[in-house]
Amino acid sequence: MRKEASILNKIDWVVIIIYFILVFLGWLNIYAAVYDEEVDKGIFDLSLNSGKQFLWIITSILIIIVIMTIDFRFYDSFAYIIYGVIIFLLLLVLVAGTKVSGSTSWFSVGGFRIQPSEFAKFATALALAKYMSTVGYKLTKFTNMLVTACILVIPPILIIIQGDTGTALVYGAFVIVLYREGLNPTIIVVGLIAIFLFVLTLIFEQTTLMIAVGIGGAIIIAMGKKKWQRIATVIAGMLVVIFVIWSVDYFVEEVLKPHQQNRIKALINPEADPLGYGWNVTQSKIAIGSGGLLGKGYLEGTQTKFDFVPEQSTDFIFCTLGEEQGWIGTSSVIILFVILLIKIVRIAERQKETFARVYGYSVASILFIHFMVNIGMTIGLFPVIGIPLPLFSYGGSSLWGFTILIFILLKIDAHRMQVLFR
Amino acid sequence: MENNKKYIIQLVIVLVGIIYCVKLFQLQFLDDTYGPAAEDNILRKIRDYSYRGIIYDRKGNILVHNDPVFDLMVIPKEAQVADTTKFCTLLGITKEDFIARMKTARDFDIFQPSVFMKMLSMKDFGRFQDHLVDYPGFYPQVRSLRGYKHESLANTLGYVGEINKNLLERDTTGSYKQGDYIGITGIEQEYEHDLKGENGVKYKMVNVRGVEKGSFKSGNRDSLSVPGVNLKATIDLELQQYGEWLMEDLAGAVVALEPESGEVLSIITSPAYSPGMLSGRLFGNNFTELTLDSLTPLFHRATMSVYPPGSTFKPLQSLIALQEGVITPNEQIFCNGSLVGDHAPPGYYDVYKGIQQSSNNYFYIVFRRVINQGLHENTFIDSKLGLQKWADYMEKFGLGRPVGIDIPNEKGGLVPSPELYNAIYGENRWKWSTINSISIGQGEVSTSPLQMANFTAAIANRGYFYIPHVIKEIGETGAPKPKYREKQYVGIDSVHFTPVIDAMERVILLGTGFRAQIPGIAVCGKTGTSQNPHGEDHSVFVAFAPKENPKIAISVYVQNSGQGARAAASIAGLMMEKYLTGEIKKVWIEDFVKKGHFVY
Repeated sequence: MRKEASILNKIDWVVIIIYFILVFLGWLNIYAAVYDEEVDKGIFDLSLNSGKQFLWIITSILIIIVIMTIDFRFYDSFAYIIYGVIIFLLLLVLVAGTKVSGSTSWFSVGGFRIQPSEFAKFATALALAKYMSTVGYKLTKFTNMLVTACILVIPPILIIIQGDTGTALVYGAFVIVLYREGLNPTIIVVGLIAIFLFVLTLIFEQTTLMIAVGIGGAIIIAMGKKKWQRIATVIAGMLVVIFVIWSVDYFVEEVLKPHQQNRIKALINPEADPLGYGWNVTQSKIAIGSGGLLGKGYLEGTQTKFDFVPEQSTDFIFCTLGEEQGWIGTSSVIILFVILLIKIVRIAERQKETFARVYGYSVASILFIHFMVNIGMTIGLFPVIGIPLPLFSYGGSSLWGFTILIFILLKIDAHRMQVLFR
Repeated sequence: MENNKKYIIQLVIVLVGIIYCVKLFQLQFLDDTYGPAAEDNILRKIRDYSYRGIIYDRKGNILVHNDPVFDLMVIPKEAQVADTTKFCTLLGITKEDFIARMKTARDFDIFQPSVFMKMLSMKDFGRFQDHLVDYPGFYPQVRSLRGYKHESLANTLGYVGEINKNLLERDTTGSYKQGDYIGITGIEQEYEHDLKGENGVKYKMVNVRGVEKGSFKSGNRDSLSVPGVNLKATIDLELQQYGEWLMEDLAGAVVALEPESGEVLSIITSPAYSPGMLSGRLFGNNFTELTLDSLTPLFHRATMSVYPPGSTFKPLQSLIALQEGVITPNEQIFCNGSLVGDHAPPGYYDVYKGIQQSSNNYFYIVFRRVINQGLHENTFIDSKLGLQKWADYMEKFGLGRPVGIDIPNEKGGLVPSPELYNAIYGENRWKWSTINSISIGQGEVSTSPLQMANFTAAIANRGYFYIPHVIKEIGETGAPKPKYREKQYVGIDSVHFTPVIDAMERVILLGTGFRAQIPGIAVCGKTGTSQNPHGEDHSVFVAFAPKENPKIAISVYVQNSGQGARAAASIAGLMMEKYLTGEIKKVWIEDFVKKGHFVY
């Protein structure tokens, strides 16, 4: 009994409070997004997304209680098994899943749908944490690198096969974890440069860029010492850059599907086709922009109410907030997220055990990527990638997934002192 | 190192948060284009077109009314036409036409309604209406179009058309929008401000599929249309139609005024067109056809054609000479007929005989006395002073300038002034002999039929006129524009009118104007022949009746019909008889006019 009482003292209440605020605000905004003044339906009406979300919130609380009750060592011990089960489910969904808007990511159970890829995030985080906490693990060791890569790459590959590229992209978040755990920063810098080149390729014509690279290279050669070796290095660098540009162009034109190409085009220039591929971004920006400083008022958002914003209770829920609550609303939510993320990073840092720290960073990274990409796309800073705003967007699997992700960390964190005495 | 990483990660998180807050601040607070864009999305503006004022004639007959027409509107985003062939058949358009119209609408705005097809008549639209439910995205918008129950008065009424870009740019009131109607000529143009009323607008909210979601801000921004003001014209439709019938196969103009008020009883230009031709969907075709017509039916001859007044000018010359004191009514002046070509025989002439027999030589001498009054020893300067006096009188009679009727584009004709001759011949390089042809109403002088009717009215009134006008009551005011209520004095004492009017009576009783006689009514008039270097002379006649307490003053001008005694006098007589007695006793004159052989 003493132990039961103490968990309430040791648990991190700041995270819990922010969690519930965000979930509650999300729920209110989901109602606003589906609200129709001509149909008299309350927020609890089960035919509305807000009514269903209420069920997800209640069940999430049950999940929290279960997580808090299970022994904290369970997650460490069963990490691989959980990961294995999830991989199995990801495979199974390819065979037995239901296709919804182009993606085979859902199991239909009764009237509800469950999306295993939402649970794959915490499972992958657990497996990664478990593997990286093995005695003698070093990121510089080739075998370790290889296995780490496999753990991180298998789920997104399966998710891409399901047709849900957006969710798969979230796995890029683990780069932050690897960076924290000692990955050579050069690799990350090279990655960032590649992304920069990628964007440049989309903005400028290929030939223009090639000419620019040529001129740039010539200047670098002319400015420095005329050593044979140096010139060779610069030329080699130029060739690499040209290859990257060419391959990006090839990738966009030949590999990406038309709707994915359009999403990237819409990011670069949404005005070019505001009714076609630029529609989402244009309407989303209009919704948020028209909210002004104080917003139009709860349930008064016309962009949302009259369906101009697509996916308004899920991926574009931030528009509803922006339109009805204005800048005060949007910046408050952003501040809440930032506090939550910083808090989770600090929790990760105070762990004595590698397993717990890696898991903590995984939680922070996954939430951060979701936060950055989702809000970024609604204001036109990111391409339209169909991932939810954590805790805010409508969706049972998503809410459950994030709840499990966060509360496993809180459970482990609550027992961090016990590790020392083990 | 470890610590650095920890802080770098936290820094990145905070930075992203800050960038997003700043970007959102810019988007939501600094950039003010999104608010209107959101309203644009949900607002559908529905024009509530105002009802244009109706125009009545002086007896309350409707001259212009409004017919409902339907503009078929389309909202491209919602438009669904499953069976294009049937759709096109119903509307009587080709498939290419359909595609072109849809493209125009889509290019304009995919969410906002635009006109798919304009001005469908009740009948045409009725055929389509039954199938309207099969074509979502299409709906009718009711407007009204000018309608006429008669074929008369087209040039005077003018027409209404869609406002063009030029006018739209010049409109400073902001009360016109693309596609609105505006009066383009005639009364419709002159009284546009009164007739048009105010268009209203209703704002409806729509969702992304265009389904209406009620009024915007509970209709606070809506405005109802205000109908235009009705006008009462001075025109007597019956007289107008009778005159048009007489003039039907002739080219020319007739203006009949009520002297005591300046009201235009009839204003006829011929050939004319039917007013309905320039209202509705066939406007474009008909307008082109009328423009290309060599008989120029769009040209309002009554106010816009000017030509030498000929002998109809002689009563005016007498009045000026009498007022100047250079002759007396009974002063006998010997004319040997050698000064200028003449129909009148040589002999002694006074005002009565001069006018009655239309003696060119008598008026040659009279006009010389007006011009050379001996005010200066230098004959050049003397001529200039005399001509200036003469020109001033003419100006007071409403000649040489637009008289100011409420029909746009009136021409002023020409009264030669000293400045004009100075410009032609040089200062002090011209004198009486240079300009003597104007003594008989030829040479540089030119007047419009309206001006002729007006000076006739001034004679009938013995010294004043009211500016001629075609609208006597604007809406509830019951009055015309203020300038039409002011007496215009011509600067000649009423005593001088007696001999001139007596002489004009003799023209009808004993002279060339006999065809204008009306049984039992004293008519005063003057014939004229306007010399035409291009062909047969124009037939001109002015008259008023009755002699005492005149009720009608008229000028008639018939192109290429020779002497004024024939075509013009006959028509004037018939119209006055019609107006004063309501019937025609002299049917043989009517036959004479309708036969149309005036030159023999």
